[in-house]
Amino acid sequence: MAEHGTGPLMDSSPKVHVEFEGVSKSYDGRTMVVRDLDLVVYEGEFLTLLGPSGSGKTTCLMMLAGFQVPTSGAIRIGGRAVDDLPPRKRDIGVVFQNYALFPHMTVGENLSFPLEVRGMDPQEIRKRVGGSLELVRLEGLEGRRPGELSGGQQQRVAIARALVFEPALVLMDEPLGALDRRLREEMQYEVRRIQRKLGVTVVYVTHDQQEAMAMSDRVAVFQRGRIEQVAPPEALYEEPEREFVARFIGDNNLLHGRVIGVEGDLCRVETGGQIVTAFRVVPCQVGDLVSVAIRPERVAVSPKPGLYGNELDARIDDIAFLGDHLRLRMTVCDSPDFIAKIPNIVGHGGVLEGDRVRVGWTLTDARALEPDESGEGFP
Amino acid sequence: MRPALLVLPLAAFILVTFVAPLAVMLGRSLYDPLVADALPETLRLLRQWDGERTPSEPVFETMAGELLKARRERTLGRIATRVNRVQAGLRSALLKSVRKLRSAPRPDSWREAMIAVDPKWAEARTWHAIRRAGERFTLRHYLHALDLDQAPGGGIIRQPPDLRIYLPLLQRTLAVSLGITLLCLLLGYPIAYLIANAPPRRANLLLLLVLVPFWTSLLVRTTSWIVLLQTQGVINDLLAAVGLIAEDQRISMIYNMTGTVVAMTHVLLPFMVLPLYSVMRTIPPLYMSAAASLGANFLQAFRRVYWPQTLPGVAAGSLLVFILAIGYFITPALVGGQSGQLISNMVAYHMQQSLNWGLAAALGGVLLGGVFLLYLVFNRLVGVDRMRLG
Ligand SMILES: Nc1ncnc2c1ncn2[C@@H]1O[C@H](COP(=O)(O)OP(=O)(O)O)[C@@H](O)[C@H]1O
Ligand SMILES: [Mg+2]
Repeated sequence: MAEHGTGPLMDSSPKVHVEFEGVSKSYDGRTMVVRDLDLVVYEGEFLTLLGPSGSGKTTCLMMLAGFQVPTSGAIRIGGRAVDDLPPRKRDIGVVFQNYALFPHMTVGENLSFPLEVRGMDPQEIRKRVGGSLELVRLEGLEGRRPGELSGGQQQRVAIARALVFEPALVLMDEPLGALDRRLREEMQYEVRRIQRKLGVTVVYVTHDQQEAMAMSDRVAVFQRGRIEQVAPPEALYEEPEREFVARFIGDNNLLHGRVIGVEGDLCRVETGGQIVTAFRVVPCQVGDLVSVAIRPERVAVSPKPGLYGNELDARIDDIAFLGDHLRLRMTVCDSPDFIAKIPNIVGHGGVLEGDRVRVGWTLTDARALEPDESGEGFP
Repeated sequence: MRPALLVLPLAAFILVTFVAPLAVMLGRSLYDPLVADALPETLRLLRQWDGERTPSEPVFETMAGELLKARRERTLGRIATRVNRVQAGLRSALLKSVRKLRSAPRPDSWREAMIAVDPKWAEARTWHAIRRAGERFTLRHYLHALDLDQAPGGGIIRQPPDLRIYLPLLQRTLAVSLGITLLCLLLGYPIAYLIANAPPRRANLLLLLVLVPFWTSLLVRTTSWIVLLQTQGVINDLLAAVGLIAEDQRISMIYNMTGTVVAMTHVLLPFMVLPLYSVMRTIPPLYMSAAASLGANFLQAFRRVYWPQTLPGVAAGSLLVFILAIGYFITPALVGGQSGQLISNMVAYHMQQSLNWGLAAALGGVLLGGVFLLYLVFNRLVGVDRMRLG
């Protein structure tokens, strides 16, 4: 099967922990919620499933945990097919979307539960519960009930409970979704710290691309039950392979056009009466429709002529001062809402709204991508 | 102020139709002025009586006068009945004496004359009985309801075993109610679970099935059980036709305790299902998934995670069914036969047949007190504030 990305670990040959092979899932027998999914998770890796809501991320997690059965395909954990293994025998820690802490038990009882059902001796249980509370920095809260904890504390308890029986694999489904932004950022760091410390494999689900970028070794971008791309965050940002990824990760300007010439790694694309030269990510041919993606912060306004491989005419529609940068909204090649971010220290060189200017960027900063299926936005 | 006005009609309705009759009824169990009003002088004289020897002539004379007056006022029969309830046999003694004395000329000694009519008048216990029947405020109905009696000396003793009726019946009622509650829980729990976890459309349909019996007349439901369970009924016919039982071995499933238990369980089941359902609906299935992911098998997950969270519903449903069962009347009356009667049937008997309203009220009072006591214990154990009634 195709391997995406480079793998996160320094280790020259990372071991495969989880493997999805050709997995499809349909709840109603008609619509496919997950379609022919191939995915590898390496041992000790922090892998995030990122995608808009409804794209099938939770379904994938639930199939891995054993609560849903794939309609077709195989899931292997540690090389062993798990379709006949019930959830309780998979030894996977799960942090559910709404925590699912048992409301009638104290924090201590919640944490002891997985150990007690394993028949562990009470002395050992107490030690482990204390240890994992320490790990999530909640010492001394054993006696509280979940209802008496703040959202962030409940979150930590849920994580501690998923880790206390020392599973090799932990699944987390939008665990930070209910927290406010500051707490979320703190917990992102916290989860990452814990994962590094314990070296467990984590499969994490979120629809927040910043969260995915901040935490993950690799990110699998989901759309409509398919994986668009799996790659480390940098690669996802710098080298998106498909329009959906380019749009979903960070901000991007997209110009739609037709290939009129191909030269090695580069292609020339005609869009709105102007020509853009772009890096050929897909093996496109003359006549193909492509989307050209350019990051806003790579766009230079009124550059020295001849400095950049691409130079085009633009009209400035709006200038907004956003503290650390200026945001210029322009019309380029008949496409409105083309954005340029100019760092504050560079300045905009005195241009005004309504001015006609030249904009430019390096050849390789423009990436010709396979357009989305919908073909939306093409002439 | 306005919201308070909105409940005013209901409050008035409850006051007139429930609280007031209840108070009057409970009053009756403690207050019985009939004899006291009819024989005031006799009772006053008896207060000086030594309690051992036959009272002296003035007592007899005063009582004869008051009894003759009561006869003219047509209350004699009721007085005789009251006295007879304290001591069996005194009714006839009273009536016979009045009849004889009325037709005979005025005797020299009322004492001699009455003892001549019935030697019971010479016995001290007869006068004790009259004294007790004349108590305006009395606990004797309650003693009676608890199979106790007042000894002539003043102490309280238990009735001889063959006269104990009410305590065994009360015990039976408690046991049967408990059994019915357990049955309802056993039958209702899985149903409630099914409904609470079904997709909305099916849940509504299932809930409807639970509620349909509510919309059917109790009488119709109970008679359907008769059709089903009687010796020549559907079930026996079926069993006989299939050959599981011989024709002469038809099982008697009705007009006995079995009938009472079966029909009452059916009638009371919705009262268990509804509170359970309302609690279970609020428990996301996620908890069971979480328990499974933590390594628990179904039994462990159920016992430690699901069941404890349903306790408020279990408590509410059980209390509801139990309290309803303990005072249930119509079903045992219809299908209980001799052996399937409960305490409330006895209350009805004293209300309608023996007309001993004081005792009926006392039995009701004992029942009320018992339920209240159970409720307190229950509150202590479970905490009523944690209960969810629906
Ligand atoms: N238990 C279920 N039964 C039926 N449909 C479901 C169920 N769970 C999810 N779906 C559907 O499957 C699709 C994907 O859902 P999900 O995996 O939860 O997506 P995500 O987690 O990415 O938001 C959605 O259209 C959702 O409505
Ligand atoms: Mg989801």
